[in-house]
Amino acid sequence: MKEDKKHLSVSAIQNGTVIDHIPAQNLFKVISILGLDGISNQITFGSNFGSEKMGRKAIVKIADKYFERDEINRIAIVAPNAKLNIIKDYEVVEKMVVEVPKEIRGIVRCMNPKCITNAEGIGTRFEVADKASVTLRCCYCEKITDPDHMEFL
Amino acid sequence: MTNKSLVSINDLSTDELVRLLDLAERFEQNPAQPVLDGRIVATLFFEPSTRTRLSFESAVNRLGGRVIGFSEAASSSVAKGESLKDTILTVANYSDLIVMRHPIEGSARWAAEMSPVPIVNAGDGANQHPTQTMLDLYSIRKTQGTLYNQRVVMVGDLKYGRTVHSLLLAMAQFNASFVFISPKELQMPLELKQFLNERGLRFEEHTELAENIKDADIVYMTRVQRERFSDPMEYERVKNAYVLRRHMLEGTKPNMRVLHPLPRVNEIHVDVDDSPKAYYFTQALNGVFARMAIMTAILGLTDRVK
Ligand SMILES: [Zn+2]
Repeated sequence: MKEDKKHLSVSAIQNGTVIDHIPAQNLFKVISILGLDGISNQITFGSNFGSEKMGRKAIVKIADKYFERDEINRIAIVAPNAKLNIIKDYEVVEKMVVEVPKEIRGIVRCMNPKCITNAEGIGTRFEVADKASVTLRCCYCEKITDPDHMEFL
Repeated sequence: MTNKSLVSINDLSTDELVRLLDLAERFEQNPAQPVLDGRIVATLFFEPSTRTRLSFESAVNRLGGRVIGFSEAASSSVAKGESLKDTILTVANYSDLIVMRHPIEGSARWAAEMSPVPIVNAGDGANQHPTQTMLDLYSIRKTQGTLYNQRVVMVGDLKYGRTVHSLLLAMAQFNASFVFISPKELQMPLELKQFLNERGLRFEEHTELAENIKDADIVYMTRVQRERFSDPMEYERVKNAYVLRRHMLEGTKPNMRVLHPLPRVNEIHVDVDDSPKAYYFTQALNGVFARMAIMTAILGLTDRVK
């Protein structure tokens, strides 16, 4: 019940997607990865809600927008525990969770300064070496980029 | 592995590795086999490495192929600002296979993704140098009769040495045990020690050389470079502690062999050179056979080998 009231504080949407359980500090990364800063849909978000599971969390609601599985999985590196509610006519018609993909293209910078992706300005590509901690291995220089050293492009 | 590039030793399965070593052995038994007749191999050395380049070119020549290429980036189009991509796409028009060495890590993988002809990585910065690993494995198998259950002692710069890292990963497939001998500042990276722990493979770490090579099958020496030390005094303290000398070989196992990727500076004293346990010059010769095998397999010409 408490949870529901918090949802309401960010105003309900008629149709669209609600993304919940985003770590508060990564809210703007989620917005940027999903390209929400470049679309004309109505977007509301709230941050720094208390969460027993994860400290402070954020919520984003995007009106009239539904995401493909691949798109959603792109936020796994910044919000691996995010939950999505698909809303149609004010009702939750479907719930989705984020799955950490096997491979991540773009988004993250390789932390090895000697890597070609930092030298030639070419796109990064990582294999997910450990799903639980979201540790990445660069497909080019083969070095590890761990969550503590993650920088976003 | 036909038409596949060889960028990293991790690209090869254990089976593929062993098949390549078998092929290299056939070339050693019968080196004059013109299986690359009518083919052109480009050797693009964006940074100089004379030994590696000569080894590849010798391999192509033994196989009856032709070589084009450059050995100094300064004299090539790279100096004119032409990008790596443009160079690869251009040279791919002139050759059936590209051997490249480049100082930037990951450059070989990137080139392989771009290139219409296969790429053989001859070193991409501190990252990979898979043909070196192949010749190390070939040398171990040849001198010990098997790759399995070897006790491998690695000496020197174990922190930055890509050669020992790749060899460790490769030998881990064959139930090796390891002894790491290095100054504290240049120890084997944690990531690799964790890898061994996960695999249940044994290793020891020491700072003293002579007393820890007695039960070795392979002693793999590497260079300890001054520029790796943040404290120059520390380098002065350790620089002579990791030099192998003839008298240290007393009491080692009769099958033990000393390997070194070359070039050496002083880490193997010249008094070791005429010991029957010194293997590093033959090891360099093995590099030619290993590279013959790799290029033949990649070009899909294995059937032509007698
Ligand atoms: Zn990288």
